[in-house]
Amino acid sequence: MTPLLEARGVTRVIGGEQPTTLVAGVDFAVAPGEFVAITGPSGSGKSSLLYLLGLLDTPTAGEVLVNGRTTKGLDEEARARLRLSQLGFVFQFHFLLPEFSALENVALPMRALGRLDDAQMRRRSFDILSSLGLADHAHKRPDQMSGGQRQRVAIARALANEPLVILADEPTGNLDTQSSAQVLSIMRGLVGETPAAGRKAVVIVTHDLDLAARADRRVHIVDGKIAAFESAAR
Amino acid sequence: MSLVLSIALTHVRARARQTLVGVIGVATGVGFSVMMAALMEGSQRDFVTQLVDALPHVSVTDQRREPPRQPAEGLFDMVEIRGLSTPATRPGIKNPYAIMASIEAWSPGAVAPSVQSKAVLRFAGRDTAASVIGVDPRREIGVSKLATHIVKGSLDDLYKTSNAIILGDGLARKIGARVGNSITLVGGAGRTLSANVVALSHSGVNQIDEQQSYTLIKTAQILAGQTGLVNEIRIKTLDAMDARDVAARVERETGYKSVSWLEANEDLLSAFQIRNFIMFAVVGAILLVASFGTYNIISTITHEKTRDIAIMKSIGLPARIVRRIFVLEGLIIGALGLLAGWLLGFVLSWAMGQIEFKSPFMDATRLPILYSPLHYVIAGAVALAASAVAGYFPARKAASVQPVDIIRGAS
Ligand SMILES: Nc1ncnc2c1ncn2[C@@H]1O[C@H](COP(=O)(O)OP(=O)(O)O)[C@@H](O)[C@H]1O
Ligand SMILES: [Mg+2]
Repeated sequence: MTPLLEARGVTRVIGGEQPTTLVAGVDFAVAPGEFVAITGPSGSGKSSLLYLLGLLDTPTAGEVLVNGRTTKGLDEEARARLRLSQLGFVFQFHFLLPEFSALENVALPMRALGRLDDAQMRRRSFDILSSLGLADHAHKRPDQMSGGQRQRVAIARALANEPLVILADEPTGNLDTQSSAQVLSIMRGLVGETPAAGRKAVVIVTHDLDLAARADRRVHIVDGKIAAFESAAR
Repeated sequence: MSLVLSIALTHVRARARQTLVGVIGVATGVGFSVMMAALMEGSQRDFVTQLVDALPHVSVTDQRREPPRQPAEGLFDMVEIRGLSTPATRPGIKNPYAIMASIEAWSPGAVAPSVQSKAVLRFAGRDTAASVIGVDPRREIGVSKLATHIVKGSLDDLYKTSNAIILGDGLARKIGARVGNSITLVGGAGRTLSANVVALSHSGVNQIDEQQSYTLIKTAQILAGQTGLVNEIRIKTLDAMDARDVAARVERETGYKSVSWLEANEDLLSAFQIRNFIMFAVVGAILLVASFGTYNIISTITHEKTRDIAIMKSIGLPARIVRRIFVLEGLIIGALGLLAGWLLGFVLSWAMGQIEFKSPFMDATRLPILYSPLHYVIAGAVALAASAVAGYFPARKAASVQPVDIIRGAS
């Protein structure tokens, strides 16, 4: 089976007077239906690796493949197009547009992609929000919602264009225990045996041990290198 | 609504006060530009119209550009005669009626003869010098506004009695004469004539109204002591701008000095060009300054919205869409400013047109205002273009934001 996302010898060095290696020679693949956790100490290069996998950053060596196709040599426009149609992002900070309602925030990637008409976009946005328990908050602006609700809207936005892979960077980092648990079970529910989950995969950077424990696979990063793979006994 | 438009509108709405300042800036620029253009072109057109109305389009006079060659010059190469004194009597145009008929044959419009003579007006025991212009009332109507300047009577009243005269109203006041009075004219050659004042004329220019009087051609010829004298043929062309060509052809065919109004006022017309250049420079500067305000606002918004820009780009919105958002914001401010500016410009122009000027030398006048859609279109186009450029530079910077730089910092 073709991996949805694959890193081959991915290295990222930041130039300058003192070149810094953020990620060094990472080989790593994400299969459909997988829930992978990236763990490691602070400053080990977890976020840097996620940005590379998410085509937000370009490796200085090696390549990233999306759905079996290399992204090497693609221009910014083409990479943006791939992010828009194939990848979904959730960060520690919600990054919702403050002037727009939850519904409008979720519809944003759909409008940018332009595959659906207005009514379909509204319906789909509302359906995603409802499935995350936010039906009553669809018309609220981010400042009218709690941290947990905002993060769920961010997840809804990541799901907008039915991406192959959701990439999350410490999505519960700013949340209280209860909201964290809720967000976690949502993330976990995105993949698995349910038909709704489809073929997508989730890659999540975390140092939350509970979360890591529930992953199908754990990738441990130290100093920008993969130190250990660990598959959960499922 | 498109994504770009809805985001752009949201941004300018969220910054209502700054947007308002930007709109006012553009509106002021457009408003004052429109007003200045209306004023400048209005006064220029008014001036030219007055000039064209007051003067014949072409004036053919009994003069030559070069002094005539003296017989001796033709006989002997060495001979050069300079400093010829002008004869006391004017030579007059030879065969004036034949020339007029020939001009009428090829130049549509009107042609009229006139005789210029000087006389002393004697009334109530006082002598006042004035110029007496002999005109043909039926032809005069075609070439000058004289007929419309007649008050207390009409130009045709010259036919009513023998030796009828129309006095400038200032002149009449000066000598104390009224319509119906009989005055004595003493011509250059000492000929004395008794004339009846049949009407007064009022051109609005004091110098003319205090100096000039009008009689029939024949009367002026008698005063000048030269029968058959015509010293000027005036031509009105259908299009004032044809005057130069007509003058050139008349001069070529007759040899008489023919001056178009354009030639006579060359210095004035070139002064207008300089004036227009200054106007465009000032208007351009106003609009440029206005666009600085817009630039400032869009820059501020892009700074404030760096985080939103980063997330939009990380989601996969192409850079060109991000750029378009901010250029559009500049255009929105420009367009609002433009509409307000048009209104402001119209109101200012109108207000300027209400101001009355009183001058001791002229009748009271209002500022002439030209309401031209072209002014509005040009000011609007320049304002919009300036706004687009003002939005473009911050937009380009915004579009080049690297999402990772922002996201890393915010997490
Ligand atoms: N632009 C940069 N220039 C220099 N060092 C950087 C830059 N970005 C990140 N780093 C460093 O690279 C290392 C890895 O960062 P990061 O990927 O954020 O780690 P993690 O997410 O595991 O905490 C850190 O030590 C960080 O300080
Ligand atoms: Mg990190």
